[in-house]
Amino acid sequence: MVQLTLPKNSQLVEGKVWPKPTGTNRLTEYKIYRWNPDDGKNPSVDTYYVDRDDCGPMVLDGLIWIKTKIDPTLTFRRSCREGICGSCAMNIDGTNTLACLKSMDEVDAKAVKIYPLPHMPVVKDLVPDLTQFYAQHASVEPWLHTETPAPEKEWRQGRGDREKLDGLYECILCACCSTSCPSYWWNGDRYLGPAALLQAYRWLIDSRDEATGDRLDDLEDPFRLYRCHTIMNCAKACPKGLNPAKAIAEIKKMMVARQF
Amino acid sequence: MSATPGSSMRTPRRRVAGLGSARSGTGHFWLQRVTALANLLLILIALPIVIWAAGQEQAQTLAILGHPLVAIVLLLLIFSVCFHMRIGMQVVIEDYVPAEGMKVLALIANTFFTIAVGSAGAFAVLKISFGG
Repeated sequence: MVQLTLPKNSQLVEGKVWPKPTGTNRLTEYKIYRWNPDDGKNPSVDTYYVDRDDCGPMVLDGLIWIKTKIDPTLTFRRSCREGICGSCAMNIDGTNTLACLKSMDEVDAKAVKIYPLPHMPVVKDLVPDLTQFYAQHASVEPWLHTETPAPEKEWRQGRGDREKLDGLYECILCACCSTSCPSYWWNGDRYLGPAALLQAYRWLIDSRDEATGDRLDDLEDPFRLYRCHTIMNCAKACPKGLNPAKAIAEIKKMMVARQF
Repeated sequence: MSATPGSSMRTPRRRVAGLGSARSGTGHFWLQRVTALANLLLILIALPIVIWAAGQEQAQTLAILGHPLVAIVLLLLIFSVCFHMRIGMQVVIEDYVPAEGMKVLALIANTFFTIAVGSAGAFAVLKISFGG
């Protein structure tokens, strides 16, 4: 049956409380998940205090400030710091989002609580192992499939057909949606998850793609597609404001439409 | 997929590919929605009749439930609810029972249970209806 308790070596313990910076009254408390694969200890939650006068407004600014000024061992991914690379996806204040797009002032709780994306293997601290997530994305073959010989210039697309890709092409594969989905938690080895399915739909409705039927065949599976139970956590979590649940519902509609 | 010794050497793509697509699931998806609609309509008809019949003398109750139109509605309701219940329970089992052997057993038990309660219900309605 489903395992509802964590194994002993995965249970969270109280971590270190790092000293408050001096000479400022504007402090924001951070509580951050820490786990190091090399020290053999249980994961812990460390407490840090960020000097708001010395730091930008976003949660990611605070993390970088901590890493630079307090604790260089704190490990997390980040790159573009403006919501386009998807690297800094993590669980902040109970919701998966991008640390660079979440302002510290948006967090109502006393402390900004930060955990890695849920239900993924942890590499270290806030860095999840997304190998399977990327393999699932690759499995939907996210590129143009055609039989017709390639035209001299580009494959042409009408304005209306191009508009069908809006709300889909913006996905940056940050994994906030898939790792917020309970169905993906329970059956992530077989269910493709909202991100991969949104990407699959992006190619299913691309007017230039000629492999729609094959794509639908590969998705028509009780686990790959039909584990989606419209829980909608994906749409709630998406930091880009996209709606993977709707994309999945559209795939299901296509599945039914080709039956009759 | 369960962890076979040495399976860590498989590529991520191989693990995601699994046994490939089952090329099914749409039938159940559609049937679940159609039976949901049928359940709604049939309950709207059957519920007032059953409430009305429940307040009567036994002979009167049997006469109401045995009326051909009522009996047909009740039979349809039993079939529709049973189909819906079986698919719904199958989804729950597939969601929450990862062990392959236990899952197959639970799915078989689910089918047997559905057929058992469905035929018991249908038999009761037919018995009343044919006055046996």
